[in-house]
Amino acid sequence: MNINENAPTLNGLLGRSGGGAEVEAGPVTPAIEVSHLSKDFGARSAVSDVSFSIARGEVFGLLGPNGAGKSTIVRILGTLIAPTSGSATVAGIPLTGENGVEIRRRISIMPESPGLYLRLSVIENLECFADLYEVPDPGDRIDRVLRAVNLADRAKDACGVLSKGLRQRVALARALLSQPDVLFLDEPTAGLDPVAIRDVHELIGALGRGGVTIFLTTHRLDEAERLCTRVAILNRSLRTVGRPEDLREQLFAKTLVARTRIPLATPDTVFAGLPAVSSWRQDHPATYVLAVSESAIAAPAVTRALVAAGADVLSVSESPHSLEDVYLELINHDQEASVR
Amino acid sequence: MTVNTRRVGAIVRKELREYRRNGSLVIGAMAVLPLLFVVPPLIDVFALPASSASELRHGEPLLYMLGIPAIVPAAIAAYSIVGERQQGTLEPVLATPIRREEFLLAKALAAIIPSLAVAYAVYALVLACIGLFADPAVASALVRGPEILAQLVFTPLLAAWSIWIGTAISARSSDVRVAQQLGMLANLPSVAITTLIAYDVIHATFGLVLGLAVALLALNGFGWRLTSALFDSERLIAGAR
Repeated sequence: MNINENAPTLNGLLGRSGGGAEVEAGPVTPAIEVSHLSKDFGARSAVSDVSFSIARGEVFGLLGPNGAGKSTIVRILGTLIAPTSGSATVAGIPLTGENGVEIRRRISIMPESPGLYLRLSVIENLECFADLYEVPDPGDRIDRVLRAVNLADRAKDACGVLSKGLRQRVALARALLSQPDVLFLDEPTAGLDPVAIRDVHELIGALGRGGVTIFLTTHRLDEAERLCTRVAILNRSLRTVGRPEDLREQLFAKTLVARTRIPLATPDTVFAGLPAVSSWRQDHPATYVLAVSESAIAAPAVTRALVAAGADVLSVSESPHSLEDVYLELINHDQEASVR
Repeated sequence: MTVNTRRVGAIVRKELREYRRNGSLVIGAMAVLPLLFVVPPLIDVFALPASSASELRHGEPLLYMLGIPAIVPAAIAAYSIVGERQQGTLEPVLATPIRREEFLLAKALAAIIPSLAVAYAVYALVLACIGLFADPAVASALVRGPEILAQLVFTPLLAAWSIWIGTAISARSSDVRVAQQLGMLANLPSVAITTLIAYDVIHATFGLVLGLAVALLALNGFGWRLTSALFDSERLIAGAR
């Protein structure tokens, strides 16, 4: 699937509110607002006291280990199961039993398992769902979504003969049929090969840029970092929510890593009193990790100090923390707490 | 509650397409099961001499074939929900705007269409065999107007009841084969009653027939409510108890 080739068809796939991201816009009604949501299955708590808000047009990622409650939240917001307590609005509509049909008209869910009728062809699957969503002019719409996921030439094949990656594309096409305001994608790239993953990422990116609110659950932290405006980390309760870069800053002190050709004779003397450097430690024989308050001030000062000390400087760089570091820090903290 | 015919039609069409391509369901439920109810009447056709005609007039042997609408729909309906659940298609369908009642109605309609087709077709086939091969005295003893009328009227009533029972069991089962076996088992009382009437153990009077028809109508209303009550989407999707 080459999304660039399909760019014209994507224009017609956007949600009813489509036409540009509104993440930075003023006080608009959030696409999703969740307040103190909890769900118990008998004595087992699946989700506990979760609150967050998602702006229209935002690509929001929900991360968490297996059993963290990600799919449960998707099912609650998709009106498939009822919360034990708490409240939510989805696509601007309060989440109640009476509003279930109206909410489901405005959203679309792509579950982790494609859930296709394997004895039916691709087009028969899509025809069924086009009627369930009461899509006007279903033939044209099916044609567009099939072209968008590059499956037009497989339209008459039975879904049972398609590979896992192709079935995932059919499920994505099905989710796009109704031009949803909010698109829930539950592990959309699970089990796909790298090329198919790239294609799905490009499609999600294009939909997000077009103004569709996307709620993405994933195990893939690189996927969340690449696609999502904000992410939430869930481990039954919400551990944190924010932009990936903000989360990194919140959890980890800024550091600079200075590497020299040979170890410094008196590193204490070199790094003492430098502006914006609070402390330092030696990581390897010729590698020094410096805790800094402001990289832009500290980096030139550190470089000058190293040169003045006659060191051969190989590099001075910021130590990057990935979203994975944030995730592991929080989840490991939870695991340690549960052991205690 | 208003029923959206497009959504109901979508599920009915999908189900009928699936039936056509589901060989085990077609052969098992729609071909083999009816044979069980065809053999006794055909024995009457081919084996009984003209002298047995007067004996045949005491019962309504062809009503034995009402076992087809009593059993076949249950086998089909028992697959309807647990089958979707097992192949992972239930969640995507219930995530669409379809209402629970529309979904169940569509499932019932999709099950009753092939069931009635099979029941009436097999009945017509047996009538044709009687007309062609039975001794005329035996034929006139077997084929009687009130009996044909009873067959026409009770076939949809029994089929609908069978479907509600099958669907209700399907909504609470986690295995297709168990659901089909339980569905057929739960409909054995219907088969027992029609068989007892067919062989004159219970004598069919106009009052009895009318009473049974009214009872089946009431049971169908009850079956619809029972199935709706037992259909718990949360349990079906999340596996919650």
